[in-house]
Amino acid sequence: MFTHVATWMHKHPRARLAALLFAPTAWLVIAYLGALAALLVTAFFTIDSFTGNVIYQFTLGNFQDILTDPAYKNVVLRTLGIAIGVTLICSVLAIPMAIYMAKIAKPRNKKFLVALVLTPLWASYLVKIYAWRTMLEPGSGVVDWLLGPIGIHSPGFGGPAIIIGLSYLWLPYMILPIYAGLERLPNNLLDASSDLGAKNFHTFRSVVLPLIFPSIIAGSMFTFSLSLGDYITAQIIGGKLQMLGNVVYQNFSINLPFAATIAAVPVLIMAFYLWLVRRTGALADL
Amino acid sequence: MTLSRGARYILASLMGVGLAFIYIPLTVVVINSFNSSRTFSWPPTEFTTKWWAKALENTGVREAIRWSILAGVSATVIALLLGTALAFAVSRYQFFGRDTISLLVVLPISLPGVVTGIALNNAFTKGAGMSTGLLTVVIGHATFCIVIVYNNAFARLKRMGSSLQEASMDLGANGITTFRLITLPNLASALFAGGLLAFGLSFDEIVVTTFTAGPGIQTLPIWIYNNLFRPNQAPIVNVVAAILVVFSILPIYLSQRLSQDNATGGRL
Repeated sequence: MFTHVATWMHKHPRARLAALLFAPTAWLVIAYLGALAALLVTAFFTIDSFTGNVIYQFTLGNFQDILTDPAYKNVVLRTLGIAIGVTLICSVLAIPMAIYMAKIAKPRNKKFLVALVLTPLWASYLVKIYAWRTMLEPGSGVVDWLLGPIGIHSPGFGGPAIIIGLSYLWLPYMILPIYAGLERLPNNLLDASSDLGAKNFHTFRSVVLPLIFPSIIAGSMFTFSLSLGDYITAQIIGGKLQMLGNVVYQNFSINLPFAATIAAVPVLIMAFYLWLVRRTGALADL
Repeated sequence: MTLSRGARYILASLMGVGLAFIYIPLTVVVINSFNSSRTFSWPPTEFTTKWWAKALENTGVREAIRWSILAGVSATVIALLLGTALAFAVSRYQFFGRDTISLLVVLPISLPGVVTGIALNNAFTKGAGMSTGLLTVVIGHATFCIVIVYNNAFARLKRMGSSLQEASMDLGANGITTFRLITLPNLASALFAGGLLAFGLSFDEIVVTTFTAGPGIQTLPIWIYNNLFRPNQAPIVNVVAAILVVFSILPIYLSQRLSQDNATGGRL
């Protein structure tokens, strides 16, 4: 019986394909896309302010609220600012590290350095942010203890703390693409540049940077999008500061249509960013 | 590469600064788990192992680890089955909608967790009339774990090509025998690595879990989060955090040994 099925399947590749595709596609379409579509539709509904029940009537009111209410506009701009800040800090930290790993470290040390940079990805997300609570605690934190003597003090819990925490979380996602990009960059290009008389920084600016730019963009996909949707970091080290994710979290149980509308904002920003990247062709040769 | 001595020193010290930035906070977590002060004032003045003893016999922690393993293993098994099937379909066949499917599979980890979380909660509780519990957590986790297995299996299948299977069939083996004796053994280490990474992702997940677990279920991240702001639980939280830091070395070590396809540990 089993062999009959096997033989029949072998003779009918399309049936084989259907059998392979059915379960995973059904799962992703029903459990995921369905849920996502339902949420998107909810964004166009509203709630009865007395009963708190969802009123199933099409309205653009939620979107209007976000665009006109200055409080929400501020949250959108603040979240964007944080995501951009995180991306810039990650790039600045990652570029020299990646150059060292790819072009200066001895071959036998390379694998070890890559592992060193990767390992923290597997340390729990919460533990890492919790660690920064201990680091940044004003007065009694590690940052004040370590850097206080040279005049640097902890910024306390708030916007800067969120930017530090998120940069810490996503830094490996920026290092790895740049490292991979530099590994593909032939050394003789750099030699040629210095033979033609360019100093180190000149070579970096006119040869290395343009060639690793697609890698930086690839890394920014992670740092930017992961920062846009985050809310746990803001809850733990953000003090009273709110990001888009926090507003979604707060509205989720009291006003689902509004939560859905706010949740659409980071997704739309991300889609716009992707479109922008595609237009500039930065990822074309990646 | 011709870099001046000065430039080499600057880059080496920036590498050092970067590594210090990465490892100081993790080291602080481990040291703090031995800090005998209850308020965890830094620097520690005295060290003790009593918090470790207390944490290891804490029922809340043990229960949370049990839930995390249960949810992680179930989600991983589902992800292994669905992810492998999908990888076979996309790597071995040409069909309409192939690109759409490879986009669909990465969507759950590309969109913010909070979006996936509230979408699933809404669909489960209002759409399907389910109550949140272990089942909903497993469905949620499996959804974003599929892509991890898929990526690993897909890369291996591409590298393997199909000539080995064709040779096996030419020698008279049917589809099942070929799969059992040729394809599966070649695929096994990639599946093991993918499964391990999927389990790691599930074990660490907090956002989707927050929205899909009912009040009865506390996975380890949820337990940590719920106890993070309770001062009298701080010693236990510190030990659990330290244990998680130490254990993070394990998956990266195993996946580097097992999978030659990607050195990134599947999180990229």
